[in-house]
Amino acid sequence: MKQLVECSEALADPYGYAERLKAESRRKIVGTFCSYAPEEIIVAAGAHPLRLFGTGEKIRLAEAHLQSYCCSLVRGALEDALSDRLAFLDGVVFPHTCDSIQRLSDIWRLNIAHGFHLDLVLPVKLNTPSARRYLVDVLTRFREELGAKLGITITDADLRAAIGLYNRIRGALTRIYKLSGDRLGILKGSDLYTLTRASMIMDRRRLAPLLEGVISELERAPGGEAETERKRIFLSGGVCNHPDIYTVIEDAGGLVVGDDLCTGSRSFDGLIDAKAEPVAAIAERLLERVVCPAKHAGLTGRADHLVRLTREKRAQGVVFFLLKFCDPHAFDYPYLKEALDREGIPSIAVEVEDRLPADGQLRTRFEAFIEMI
Amino acid sequence: MAEKDEAKEKRKIKAVARMKEIMTAYYIDAKTAEQTGKKVAWITSGGPVEPLIAMDVIPVYPENHGAMIGASKMGIDLCEKAEAMGYSSDLCSYARADIACAPINGGPIGGLPRPDMLICCNNICGTVLKWYEVQARFFKVPLFVLDTPFCHTGFPSEAIRYVKNQINEYIAFLENVCKTRFDHDRIKEVGRLSVEGQRLWQAVLDTTMNRPAPLSAFDAFFHLALIVTLRGTQQTVDYYKMLLAEMQERVAQGIGAIPNETYRLLWDNLPVWFRTKWLSEKFASHDACLVADTYTSAWCYALRYIDENDFLGTMAECHTRIYLNIGVDEMARQVMEMVDKYAVDGIVMHSNRSCKPYSLGQYDIQRIVQEKKGIPTVMIEADMVDARSFSESQIETRIDAFIEVLKERKS
Repeated sequence: MKQLVECSEALADPYGYAERLKAESRRKIVGTFCSYAPEEIIVAAGAHPLRLFGTGEKIRLAEAHLQSYCCSLVRGALEDALSDRLAFLDGVVFPHTCDSIQRLSDIWRLNIAHGFHLDLVLPVKLNTPSARRYLVDVLTRFREELGAKLGITITDADLRAAIGLYNRIRGALTRIYKLSGDRLGILKGSDLYTLTRASMIMDRRRLAPLLEGVISELERAPGGEAETERKRIFLSGGVCNHPDIYTVIEDAGGLVVGDDLCTGSRSFDGLIDAKAEPVAAIAERLLERVVCPAKHAGLTGRADHLVRLTREKRAQGVVFFLLKFCDPHAFDYPYLKEALDREGIPSIAVEVEDRLPADGQLRTRFEAFIEMI
Repeated sequence: MAEKDEAKEKRKIKAVARMKEIMTAYYIDAKTAEQTGKKVAWITSGGPVEPLIAMDVIPVYPENHGAMIGASKMGIDLCEKAEAMGYSSDLCSYARADIACAPINGGPIGGLPRPDMLICCNNICGTVLKWYEVQARFFKVPLFVLDTPFCHTGFPSEAIRYVKNQINEYIAFLENVCKTRFDHDRIKEVGRLSVEGQRLWQAVLDTTMNRPAPLSAFDAFFHLALIVTLRGTQQTVDYYKMLLAEMQERVAQGIGAIPNETYRLLWDNLPVWFRTKWLSEKFASHDACLVADTYTSAWCYALRYIDENDFLGTMAECHTRIYLNIGVDEMARQVMEMVDKYAVDGIVMHSNRSCKPYSLGQYDIQRIVQEKKGIPTVMIEADMVDARSFSESQIETRIDAFIEVLKERKS
């Protein structure tokens, strides 16, 4: 599929992609760190939001700022910034996420001279009226501050257009996930990864028609089965920077039928009410979407969501994909596993630092797990 | 020999015995709450305890529990138990140890008393939120989250409003759980006592501006307990009055925390609870006294924002702008203020695996302070409770080398 080729090319060199986009479109490039970044406002400002995932490069310069017990996402992003690989960024937005990103923002502000720096101190609590009001307030402030940094006024019409675009993208990704779940085999797990990942990197105006093109091709194309001989595996966790994991699971006799990853289905969960006041509507989606473990919206929301999704996808096993030193996810893992145990769904946890464990080791673990299911 | 013992005896702080009495009585009170019909709330160390005191609720501090576990060297065993429950060994050791205690009533005091409610203020870290969620699921009790937006460079008006609203929600939560009305007159009195306690604690810490310092950070780690747990009570005020008087007397008599104070150091981050004695002796053997620290002073940091005549009204700002909830550059400024105030010769930084908000950014603080104050610093890699992250030989070598640098500078 040609759309996949286009996305893969962007993913192979996201910084190069962003630099070219900047040169061609004269749009400003704004780095972000979290799926709670209100990208709609960045797009409404005429800029391009680029999600930063850290580096594959060796950590050298960031060693002088961050201890070894900080996650590879945070260390990697700082490494890229310190080594000037992100010099093309016009600014960076730090949504409040976890203790590590919070400190990354400080260290970045003190050490990276180029580009503007905006902190977006979102509420951690999402399930009260005062938190809702505060979220609307900080998004309103963000709209003004971002506009000031970029020297423009972000109008309601700009916001509505961006919301429309994001609804198209999120709707398309939801549809693609659905199609690939209903007709197993029409897309590989790594293809889903590529498309979702591209939605955080590529020009969103290009992406919406691209994804819609994927849908029409999938709808036209024959093939895909509702059932499979393979074991149905669900991926759970935070940031996943390793498309290889899909291949390793598939090679071991499994098939990824769904995920709740921060870089997967959680990134496009929920649409925005296009008729409501735009900032309030953006806030509403952030409040209602499935929660990140660094935020609070009740005590069992994530487990309920995980169990519901695994049932829906008829998953036979869950692979927890945990980034080493990611505290919020590590704290949730025991209770999520327990919830799955109660449902009789076996699970396995894989802890990953900047790269996957040696291929053979992971393969053996997955083979044993899939055989056990 | 006899003379040496006498000098040693003279240096012992007398108030220690009283503190032990108070803390023992407090824990007995808390452990027997079920019999006496009092409610128990677990609360984070940076949380607003005063409304609990005003409601006659007994506040219990899992973090203080964590410190006790560390000091009694039960950390490794309990952390390993938590790891067997599925908690990563990279997580906060206070949290791991406390989570492991709950189902088995483990630890030095046979577990904390069962909570009727949990009060979590995230001004110190995001970890407490996850930790309290775990305990709220385990004990099946209501959890109140006081969400204090991080102040990277300021405290914007919408954040003030948000926290102020939550103070009202907190009071409504307490009224709901306790089934009694909140006493707005009582909180005024509790607030006054809280402020008085904090001022006295600051005064105690400030006696180390004298040479020799009458107490060290290692002493402060111990005497801190009351300003954390029983802030807002008369007992706490009385205790710190007594401690302050003792310190003033020591200053008058020239009694120092260590025999020959030559180097004055500042400690950054939480204590290494299972090695306080070793570290304190190590520094003392080099004639180095830790005269100040960023940790124990955090409980009077809010004094600059507090209005004792409008305690509830200013509570939002006090709890949001605390030391750990501010940017790295602001923290560096605070450290430099302390360097000047206490005439510090060097800084000992504990890079604490358990505490990311305290530790990430330390390298930058170290660089800023070294550049602006021109004093040497040393970084110690350790953990507050988990002794598996403590390499004695490596730390000893670092401290020895650091002292050499200090020596050269003095000569």
